[in-house]
Amino acid sequence: MNTATLQAQDSAGLSAGTPLLLEIKDLYVHFDVYGGTLKVLDGVNFTVRSGEKVGLVGETGCGKTTTMKAILRILPMPPARIPGGEIYFKGQDILKMGEADLRRVRSEGISMIFQDPTAALNPVFTIGQQLEAVVKYSLEGKKLSRREIRERAIIPLREVALPDPERMLDSYPIQLSGGMRQRVCIAMALVASRELLIADEPGTSLDVTIQDQILRLLHRLVEEKNVSVILITHTLGVVRETTDRVYVMYAGNMVEAADTRELFARPMHPYTRGLMDAVPRLTGGGIAGGIRGRIPDYLDPPPGCRFHPRCDHAMDICRQEKPPFYRLSDNHEVACFLYRDGG
Amino acid sequence: MTTDILTVTNLKKYFVIGHSGILKRKPITVKAVDGVSFTVKEGETFGLVGESGSGKSTVAYTTIGMYRPTAGNISFRGQNLFEGNRTRPLALKKEIQIVFQDPGSSLNPRRNIRQILELPLRIHRPGDNRLEEIVRLLEMVELPPDYMHKYPQMLGGGEKQMVAIARALATEPSFIILDEPTSALDVSIQAKIINLLIRLQDEFHLSYLFITHDLSLMRNVASRVAIMYLGKICEVAEAAEFFRNPYHPYTQMLLSAIPVVSEEEEKLKPKKIISTGEIPSPVNIPSGCSFHLRCPKKMDICSEVDPVMVEVEEGHTVRCHLYGQP
Ligand SMILES: Nc1ncnc2c1ncn2[C@@H]1O[C@H](COP(=O)(O)OP(=O)(O)OP(=O)(O)O)[C@@H](O)[C@H]1O
Ligand SMILES: Nc1ncnc2c1ncn2[C@@H]1O[C@H](COP(=O)(O)OP(=O)(O)OP(=O)(O)O)[C@@H](O)[C@H]1O
Ligand code: SF4
Ligand SMILES: [Mg+2]
Ligand SMILES: [Mg+2]
Repeated sequence: MNTATLQAQDSAGLSAGTPLLLEIKDLYVHFDVYGGTLKVLDGVNFTVRSGEKVGLVGETGCGKTTTMKAILRILPMPPARIPGGEIYFKGQDILKMGEADLRRVRSEGISMIFQDPTAALNPVFTIGQQLEAVVKYSLEGKKLSRREIRERAIIPLREVALPDPERMLDSYPIQLSGGMRQRVCIAMALVASRELLIADEPGTSLDVTIQDQILRLLHRLVEEKNVSVILITHTLGVVRETTDRVYVMYAGNMVEAADTRELFARPMHPYTRGLMDAVPRLTGGGIAGGIRGRIPDYLDPPPGCRFHPRCDHAMDICRQEKPPFYRLSDNHEVACFLYRDGG
Repeated sequence: MTTDILTVTNLKKYFVIGHSGILKRKPITVKAVDGVSFTVKEGETFGLVGESGSGKSTVAYTTIGMYRPTAGNISFRGQNLFEGNRTRPLALKKEIQIVFQDPGSSLNPRRNIRQILELPLRIHRPGDNRLEEIVRLLEMVELPPDYMHKYPQMLGGGEKQMVAIARALATEPSFIILDEPTSALDVSIQAKIINLLIRLQDEFHLSYLFITHDLSLMRNVASRVAIMYLGKICEVAEAAEFFRNPYHPYTQMLLSAIPVVSEEEEKLKPKKIISTGEIPSPVNIPSGCSFHLRCPKKMDICSEVDPVMVEVEEGHTVRCHLYGQP
């Protein structure tokens, strides 16, 4: 299916005209566990246009990785279950795809940098063995000599600014520092460049100059190869400096979506504001206390707005009804009853 | 007057990672830490910043005694930590504790929280009532007492880190190394943990060696900061001074790359210095100043002579040829 025929027409109508690459509609994900059902994703809506860099932020456990795994259909089923929703990739619903189409999406359409580099790397193989396997896989049958494969495997290691890539190839994961392991994972995702790159916490344990270098690399991918990127990170500053649009997620719901500049200049949702306040500032002045309370128990999530038990502005309606997205402007939506009469 | 609690002098830690040459006899050495000196004062938070692989954790692990130094020395309240070949006496082990970078893998998944906290109590404080003490430790890190029956995998990342902090507190230490205690956590939990650590520091008069790569966080927690690059320290200064007046080109590069969330902070940053060039490896450290390959202000002498530390202002030292080498 041709992407160009798919015009953006999501609810926000943000910068309409650019083709939609990914569109998640009203997605629910539940986990059946001992003691009941974890109702984690609770009607997620999310879109990515081609060539767009989208940020996704929110506290630990709010469902970011779960959403991404649903896209790749790599959630463990059981315990996971998808009671409702659609995930369109280039116009085709991933949730309804057969094995062959799905394999094509995973090998050509979408690649993902996983959050936990230790889990993503196999401890008993060297970095070289693992990277060469990815190179071979991406060749799709083309034959290369061992040396050529090794040479190809080194290129991405250089691109992610790893010191002597030769040593890296012959090292086992345990011999590398945390940040080096992470860059190896990023290198692996880069070997096969796709249409959509999902980066789940890339570079969290890197220093800012290298983080900067990797983010510029992502940027270049977008520019040169028109790759779209979903960037998940707890470092809000990175989101501000590298993405075009941001989604804020809380307890399985998208609670705010806006153009990046707009979101950082005018955060509206009480949850978004709480997150922003917790960020340590270069201007000094100590560290705020963080948002009071914690993420709800998904066995029995609060009714209405899932944030209401932690919210300083909660009203009666918040305890009963789930807030819909209110549009504040062309590029800013927020799911909170404080804005039901507009901004 | 403040006294020094930890003094690190010309510390070196090399790892042999293999052999090269036809007969495989020439050792290949990683110089993870290569001549590091600094002191931590009683009751302060000393920050150690540096890029991935610069040797921060290796400094930490050597300080708690997981590694023996290849050369150099660490002393704690004047006492050499590596005297002779003996293992470290219990009384010293009790004083220095660590909270690891990764909260997930530092707690044994087969032990519940009670057993995890019991272990250091049994070793270091045999006389005390353990159950009472476990409840008190959980209280200190703001976790309810019934958490003692939980297993690590039932806890969130932030809660695991709270348990790790409680475990470090169990021996009643005076010095705690915090190796990126919040880098795997979200900003809201980070804020809670940092506030907790600051409260505990006041309450028990603790000294911290705080390792992080988050300079904005460092700005808000550390009293003094040292920057590490490729196994060496390149600049040490008081935190506020450090951000106001960075001298070393690497420090300037770091500060200019900090991702920030507001325009006000943007104004504080030096003009962006793009980081280029290959990152050298600790196996093959460049001659002269090890930063010269990436340095925008490099001079001829930089590739030949390794600069020494000089004090440019009181309490502010830099290792760079731009600043009056002796
Ligand atoms: N396989 C599973 N079985 C049961 N529950 C699960 C499973 N995978 C995820 N969950 C639950 O789903 C919720 C959301 O988890 P998820 O990993 O998506 O969060 P996240 O936003 O990515 O958090 P983080 O920032 O820590 O990565 C959590 O409460 C988690 O316990
Ligand atoms: N046990 C070991 N054997 C061999 N090399 C090691 C060992 N431990 C560390 N190294 C090497 O020493 C260097 C410093 O590693 P270290 O873990 O101290 O860095 P770090 O500054 O803590 O990095 P990060 O920010 O990524 O945690 C790296 O090049 C690493 O590969
Ligand atoms: S909808 Fe109500 S409870 Fe939810 S964030 Fe807005 S004010 Fe707070
Ligand atoms: Mg995640
Ligand atoms: Mg480390």
